Amino acid sequence: MRARLIHSTGFQLVTLGSIFLALYFTIPAQEGNYLWRLPHLIAGWPEWINKSVDFLLFEWLPIDIYDPEIDDYEKSPLLKEATRAFSTGILFCIEIVRELLLGGVKTIVAFTGWQYASEHPELAWPALPWTIVAAGTAWLGYALKGPWLATFGGLSVVYIAVFGQWEPAMQTLSLVLVAAPISLILGLLLGISAFKHRALEAALGPLLNIAQTMPHFSYLVPVMVLFGVGDHAGAIATIIFATPPMVRLTILGLKNVPLEIVEAAMMNGCTKRQLMYKVMIPAAKRDILIGVNQMIMQCLALAVIASFIGAKGLGDNLRLALNGLRIGQALELGICIVLIAVVLDRLSLAWANQKTDYFADQNFWVRSRFSLIFAAIFIGGMLLIPVGKLLFSDGVNYFYLIPPSAGITTESFWQSGVDWMVSNWYQGLQGFNRGLIVNVLVPMKAMFLGMPVIATFVLTMGIGFMVGGWRSMLTVGLFLLFIALTDWWDRALITAYMATFAVIVSVTIGFIVGVISAGSDRASRIVLLICDTFQTFPSFIYLIPVIMLFGVTDTSVLIAVIIYATIPATRYTVEGLRAVPSSLKDLGLMSGANWLQRFVNIELPLALPHIMLGINQTVIFALFMVIIGAMIGTDDLGQYILKALSDKNGIGNGLMLGLCVAFMGLAVDHVIQTWARKQRASLGLA
Amino acid sequence: MNVEKQMVILSQNASKRPSKNNWEENMLNRLNRTLFAAVIAGGLAGPALAEDSAEPIVIPTHNWSSQVVMAYVIGGIFNSIGDKVEYVPADTQAVYEAIRNGDVTISHEVWQSTFGASFYNAMQKGGVIDAGTHAATTLEELGVPRYVIEKNLCPGLPNWEALKECAAVFATADSDGKGRILEGPQSWHGDLMPDRIKALGLDDKYVVKFAGSGDAIWAELASAKKEGRGIITFNWTPNFTDADGFDFIQFPAYKDGCRKADGGDGSCGSPVGWLKKAANYKFPKTHPKAYTVFTKVSFTTEQIGQMAALVDIDKMSHQDAAKKWLADNEAVWKPWTN
Repeated sequence: MRARLIHSTGFQLVTLGSIFLALYFTIPAQEGNYLWRLPHLIAGWPEWINKSVDFLLFEWLPIDIYDPEIDDYEKSPLLKEATRAFSTGILFCIEIVRELLLGGVKTIVAFTGWQYASEHPELAWPALPWTIVAAGTAWLGYALKGPWLATFGGLSVVYIAVFGQWEPAMQTLSLVLVAAPISLILGLLLGISAFKHRALEAALGPLLNIAQTMPHFSYLVPVMVLFGVGDHAGAIATIIFATPPMVRLTILGLKNVPLEIVEAAMMNGCTKRQLMYKVMIPAAKRDILIGVNQMIMQCLALAVIASFIGAKGLGDNLRLALNGLRIGQALELGICIVLIAVVLDRLSLAWANQKTDYFADQNFWVRSRFSLIFAAIFIGGMLLIPVGKLLFSDGVNYFYLIPPSAGITTESFWQSGVDWMVSNWYQGLQGFNRGLIVNVLVPMKAMFLGMPVIATFVLTMGIGFMVGGWRSMLTVGLFLLFIALTDWWDRALITAYMATFAVIVSVTIGFIVGVISAGSDRASRIVLLICDTFQTFPSFIYLIPVIMLFGVTDTSVLIAVIIYATIPATRYTVEGLRAVPSSLKDLGLMSGANWLQRFVNIELPLALPHIMLGINQTVIFALFMVIIGAMIGTDDLGQYILKALSDKNGIGNGLMLGLCVAFMGLAVDHVIQTWARKQRASLGLA
Repeated sequence: MNVEKQMVILSQNASKRPSKNNWEENMLNRLNRTLFAAVIAGGLAGPALAEDSAEPIVIPTHNWSSQVVMAYVIGGIFNSIGDKVEYVPADTQAVYEAIRNGDVTISHEVWQSTFGASFYNAMQKGGVIDAGTHAATTLEELGVPRYVIEKNLCPGLPNWEALKECAAVFATADSDGKGRILEGPQSWHGDLMPDRIKALGLDDKYVVKFAGSGDAIWAELASAKKEGRGIITFNWTPNFTDADGFDFIQFPAYKDGCRKADGGDGSCGSPVGWLKKAANYKFPKTHPKAYTVFTKVSFTTEQIGQMAALVDIDKMSHQDAAKKWLADNEAVWKPWTN
């Protein structure tokens, strides 16, 4: 039975392969032959999208708006006014947080207007000294978790301050402190509603899929046109990017709540509200917290991208540093981003995991200890300001704000490191670079571009059919059809070639590293920590050294992609292998199986569904990074997305190109998810 | 100078613009519109200039040093006449759409060949006005780092005919033995360089590779310099690379109608270009004083080089560099504020 099954899968593969090859070599490459390339039936859509947006935003329902600045009425379309009002609201929130941290006058201005504020300069709010933020973070860490988090949190803030990155870091933080809670609440609410209403879940599914697979570059232009440039636009792009994992994991968590718990709650007479907020959500906490973790990581991962549309802070400074090839400085900024991400993540995790003691009878001191110590820290920090003024005579008060020029820097160290690398490795790597390009990359690219469209469809839809039957076959086919009908099919093939190459290498590396480190607790902890770090560490930073070594070539792009895409491949391998129950491993040991037998016959099959999900993520990560690779220089979809930033038809082109990339990702996603689900079911894991 | 006069000068500037397809007609519309606006503004302001609004003027910062320092310099000048400013990071191409919508007030470095298209696109849609031109002329052209000429890697450079003989010097891993010419992103000037290379008959010896960003070009330049190897890349002046020495290749001189887009075969070099200033159409009305100052602002190539050098060579922060430049050059900018 088993043998026959394998035989039939093999047979299907061989058949599919031969049909594919036959088509590949018989279809002539000529324009107008629809088996070679489909007609560009939907090439006009971007323009149509642009016209609609232009109409909605700049012409539809004009209303009279009084502009006091020019003392005149202006016609302004309703939608534009509405989106701008929304922007103002978000910006106001960001400004409040920012001015609490850095001082300023805009919060006051929102109530009094610029005229009044400029006549009363004393209204400007002072900045919070960094010492208070550092001690406050440490105390918060201590109160929520313990000495370890206190030390880590406190030292991170000290690092940011001492390296002179205080201002940009607080600008980034204020954006995140607004975007993250909005994502959290939005994610929870959407997740809960989707859990309650099937129809909403069904409608939300595709939207979430697209939001998670669409490259962020492609929705920058629409966000900018709709909401205007500035921190609010950055925050909105961040929210779009960070909310989907939150929604998804909320739904997942709620679905996983055991029926017994729900029944017990109902027997105790819970109202619907109590059932949701007091029982289900706490019971689903584990998954929801993974969602929060992912959400925070996503927020910080977008710090650099958000600066393309006006977000101030670390990301913006980082882009400036990179343009001046100041890699050391960029690295220090990148570390600040990672530190903020990790501290926020650990603090929110500790806060969510606090245990409430419902029976404690505490006295005043114990109950208000928390706020009292905060008050003490605040007063202490304020008192340090005059002390600092006396102590430091060079005009910089190190206890208040450390400007970039007064911060310490390790820039020259990193700079000389990069210099050393280029002068010592460049020559040696040229042989490898040339060999790779001439023998592998160029032929591979030609192979992808030489594929008749019918052959691509037969191959992908055939795989879809083998994995998930007619349904999967049609799903995959429709995703690809959309791309094939645009005029970017060849660009998409180039994207596919780069992503394919990168995924093969990433999965190989990730699998090997994962297998080796999964054997030991410590090794896997370290590997997972590295994965966390690299996920938030801005990938832009390693683009520059890579270009210096490999030039503006596909090799550079692929190396950058591989560095990034290996993260999920490694993470999921480690997690999958470590989740194999030890009782099963022991069983293998007792049956006298050696290490290799145990690994091949027990651990790997059990972990494979999870590892496959890792490969799925690797594909998505690779596609994302191939698009960012356009900054190095490619001729694929990414280059066109980048181009859309300056295009007259930018919105339409950006969105359509983004959809093309998303659909490539979703086609792969669909096949792998279906396979993993079936595999799990057959192993009795689901 | 009153607002009305400003407006007329401004629209003259606008109508002097090189002619492309139906721009002329648009410029006429623009002229009418600006004149109309000037009449309104004049009516409101009367003979004396109105006070500037207390709202901040929004200045965009991009990702290269001279532009950022100049943003802070211009901000400092606005501050000196009592206006508030605010800086917002913006993408170089997308900023024109932002000015059009009033999210950003001005742009102080509009490069002819790199941003000209985005600038005119936004202008065509309405909402952006031309606020005059800097004294600095710009050149955006292919060139080589100075050591390529000093070490005589390709005898005869900077004359373009020399390229015929030394393609191998500029070969790279992916150029298949041909010389590689590194061009900026395709969004900057489309197929201008491939067309030119073809028209000059160099296409069997050279390939054009589009870099994805300015950063990619600088990284390649820095790497090539370490190795002392030959490289041809798109670059411009004034730029921070001026300090290290960069020589532009002398292609056949530019003449009108030579480019493919204008009906020619493309066999000519780049023209000496302008560096313009752009503003949102409401700026003259909301901040008449600042607008007047802004139209007078005009930096020379040398001054722009100084600003960049303070950051790139002296490693100052952009704000500090701007403060230093303003303090050292009061004689230059003070007259603009009167």
